[in-house]
Amino acid sequence: MSALTAPPRRYLARIGRDERVWLAFAVVWCLFLFAIMYVWQFYGAQRTPIESYRIEPAEFRALTQDYIAEYRIGEVSGVPITVPTEDGEAFLAARAFVFEPVLQLKRGESVRIYLSSYDFQHGMSIQPLNLNFQVLPGYVYVVNLTPTTTGEFGIVCNEYCGLGHHAMSGRIIVTD
Amino acid sequence: MATARALLDRPGAFWRVCQVTGYQVFTPVQRLIVFNAVGAVLSLTLGGILALLMALTRWEAVALLPPELYYRFTSAHGVLMLVFWIVFFEIAALLFGGTILINAKLKGVRFAWTYSGLMAVGAVVTTATTLSGHANNMFTAYPPLVNHPMFYVGILLFAVGALCGSCHFVYQVWTARREGVVAGPLPLVVYALLTAAIIAIWTLLHGAVAYVPALLQSLGLITLDPAVYRTLFWGFGHGAQQINLAAMVACWYALAAITTGARPVNEGLSRFAFVLYLVGINMGSMHHLLVDPGIGMHARIINTSYFMYAALLGSLIHAFSIPAALETAQRARGHTRGLFGWLKAGPWKEPGFAALMVSFIGFGFIAGVSGVLMGTMQLNMLIHNTLFVVGHFHATVVLGTTVAFMGLAYYVVPLVMQRDLSFLGLARWQPYVYGGGLLVLIGGLMLAGKLGASRRSWDASYSLAPLQVESLSTPLMTFANTLIGIGAILAVIGGAMFVLIMVATVFLGRRSERPAVGTLGILAGRDGPESDVAIPEFDHDATRFQAPGTTTLVFVFLVWFVAMFAWASVNLARVGWGVG
Repeated sequence: MSALTAPPRRYLARIGRDERVWLAFAVVWCLFLFAIMYVWQFYGAQRTPIESYRIEPAEFRALTQDYIAEYRIGEVSGVPITVPTEDGEAFLAARAFVFEPVLQLKRGESVRIYLSSYDFQHGMSIQPLNLNFQVLPGYVYVVNLTPTTTGEFGIVCNEYCGLGHHAMSGRIIVTD
Repeated sequence: MATARALLDRPGAFWRVCQVTGYQVFTPVQRLIVFNAVGAVLSLTLGGILALLMALTRWEAVALLPPELYYRFTSAHGVLMLVFWIVFFEIAALLFGGTILINAKLKGVRFAWTYSGLMAVGAVVTTATTLSGHANNMFTAYPPLVNHPMFYVGILLFAVGALCGSCHFVYQVWTARREGVVAGPLPLVVYALLTAAIIAIWTLLHGAVAYVPALLQSLGLITLDPAVYRTLFWGFGHGAQQINLAAMVACWYALAAITTGARPVNEGLSRFAFVLYLVGINMGSMHHLLVDPGIGMHARIINTSYFMYAALLGSLIHAFSIPAALETAQRARGHTRGLFGWLKAGPWKEPGFAALMVSFIGFGFIAGVSGVLMGTMQLNMLIHNTLFVVGHFHATVVLGTTVAFMGLAYYVVPLVMQRDLSFLGLARWQPYVYGGGLLVLIGGLMLAGKLGASRRSWDASYSLAPLQVESLSTPLMTFANTLIGIGAILAVIGGAMFVLIMVATVFLGRRSERPAVGTLGILAGRDGPESDVAIPEFDHDATRFQAPGTTTLVFVFLVWFVAMFAWASVNLARVGWGVG
C-alpha cells in the first residue's frame, strides 16, 4: 500500500500526537496571519489605500491640468513641479511615458494624492522606499502619504505600458 | 482491488501488465500520454531558450536584446512556461492517473486525441502570434492594451482542450468507481489529481470569462473595464497556480512512494488537506490586486487569505505528512539512527528523490513563505510588480512544480514508453544542477526586487528616463542582476539536461519489458506497486512521537516562517512614511 495504490476501505484514523501538536501550531499561525492584516490596517502607520472612485480618463486629465496650472512652482526636465493645495490634496497622473507633475511635499505634512492614468495601466513605484501601487485608467486611487524623510524620491512605472515603459519615471521632492 | 481484477475482462491487444509496477496498462493511452509529454517538453525547451535571452538582457553586463525583442520574448516565455509546459504535463498526468494508476480503460480515446490535438493547435497559434511580435503586451495584456486576436484564439483553443481533458479525467474516475474497477477509495495520488482537475475545470471556465471578452476587445467589438478585467483574469491566473499546487503535491506523494516505498501516515488527514485546497478554490486571486483601486478592505483580506488561510493550512498538513511518510518508511528500512539518520540515508542519488527534495524544500522554505508575505495586504505594498514577485513565482512554478514534474517524468516516461531511461547518471545530477541554478536566479530576482527593481522592464535602472532614479543603479543592484544572469545560465543548463534525457529516452532508449528507471523503492505488486519492506502502521494512539525528525523539521520551518514574516513587517515599518 502506498499513495499510488488504494488504501483500505476504512482509512480514517485518529489524529496522532505528532500531527496534533503540529496542527495546533499551524492553525494558530494561520489565524494570526489573518488577524494581523486587520490589526495593521487599523493601528499600523502603513495601511493599504482602499478609497477609490471611478472617473473618466478625460475628466481626470482636465482636473490634473487645472491643478498643475494653479499650483505649479517650477519645472524639471520638462515636467512641472507642483505643491499640494491648501487642503493638502494633489493630483498625480501617469501617462505613457511619464508621471506628472513632480510633487513637492513638506516633511510631516500629510498629502492626499489622487492617482490615476490618462491612457494605459501603469504602476507607481516610489524609490528607494519601494512603495508600489497599481494605476488604472478610469479609476482614482486615493493614496495618503505622510513623508517623514526629506530628499528626492524617484517614481518608476512598474506595470508594462508599451515600448517606452522602461523610460517612464516621475519624482517626489520632500523639503523641511 | 482483487475483486476489481476479477471484474475485468481484458485479454487482447489493448492490455499489458507493467513488469515493474504491476499496473494493468490500457495501451492506447500510452501514445496519448507521450503526445502531451512531448508538447510539454517542446514548450519547456523553447521557453528555456527565451529565458536565457531575457536573463542575459537584464544582466546589464551583457544587455543582449533590444527592448522590443525583450518584451516579445517575455510575453512568449510567460505563456510557454506557465500555460503550455505546465498544462500539457498536467493533462499527461491526468491521462496517466485516470487510467494506469487505477487500472482502468480510457473511455473515449478519440475524444482524448481530439482535445490533445486542440491544445497543440492552440499552443502553436498563440506561440506563433507571440514570437512574430503580435502579442508584446505580456500574456496578461491588461486593457486598454491588447494583443493580436490570434493570441486569444490560440489560448481559447488550448483552454477548451484542457477543459475537456480535465472533465475527461473526472469522468474516468467516476465511471471506474461506478463500474467497480475501483472498488474502494481512490489512491491518494489520484485523489490529489482529482482535486487538481476540479480546480482546473473551475479555473478554465474563469479563463473563458476573461479571454472571450479580451478576444472581442481585440477585434474592436467591446471595451473592457481595466479593473473588471483584472479581477476576471486573476480568477483564471491565480486559480491556475492552485492547479499546479495540487498537481505538485500529488507528484510529491507519488515520488515519495516510488523512491522510498513511503505510505501516507494518515490518509484521512492528507485527503482533508486537499479538500482545504478546494475551499480556497475561488480565492487568492486578489494577491494580484492588493494595491489596486476599486476593491474593499474585507474583500481583499478574506480573498487574499483564502478565508483565514484554509489553503495554507492544507499545505502545512502536507509539509508534515510527506516527510513523516518518508521518515516512517526509512525507519522501517532500518535507518533509525538519531533524529535525522533516516534523512541522511535517503536515496539522494535517485533522480526522483533528488527532485522531490529540491522541490519540497525549495517550495516550502522559499515559495510558500514568500507567497504568504506577499499575500499579506500591507506587505504587498513593498513588492507589488517588483522582481521579488518574479522570484516568488519562479520558486513556486519552477523550483516547486516543474522540478516535481521532471522527477515524475523520469519514471512515467520510460515506463509508459517501455524504454530504459537514458543517461541515468545525468539524471542523478539534473535536479541539483537545475535547483541550484534556480536558487541563484531566485536569490537575484528577490534581492533586485527588494532593492526596487521592476518586473517586465527592459532596463532595471530606468536610465533612459528624463527624470533619473539614482537609487536603482547601485553596486548591490548590479550584483543582483549578475546573480540573475548566472542563475539563469545554470538553470538553463539543468533544464537542457532534462530535455536531453527525455529526448534520448523517447527516441534512443533501449526497448525493454522491464525498463531501467533508477533504483526503485517499489516492487511489482499484484495490482500496483508495493513497498519492498513492511512499513508499520503509523501508531496514532502512541504517546511518544512517531516521526520525531519530521516534527523537529516542521518546527524549524515554522521558526523560519515566523522570522521571515517579522523581518518583512520590520521592513514595512522602516519605510517610515505614513501611508493609508
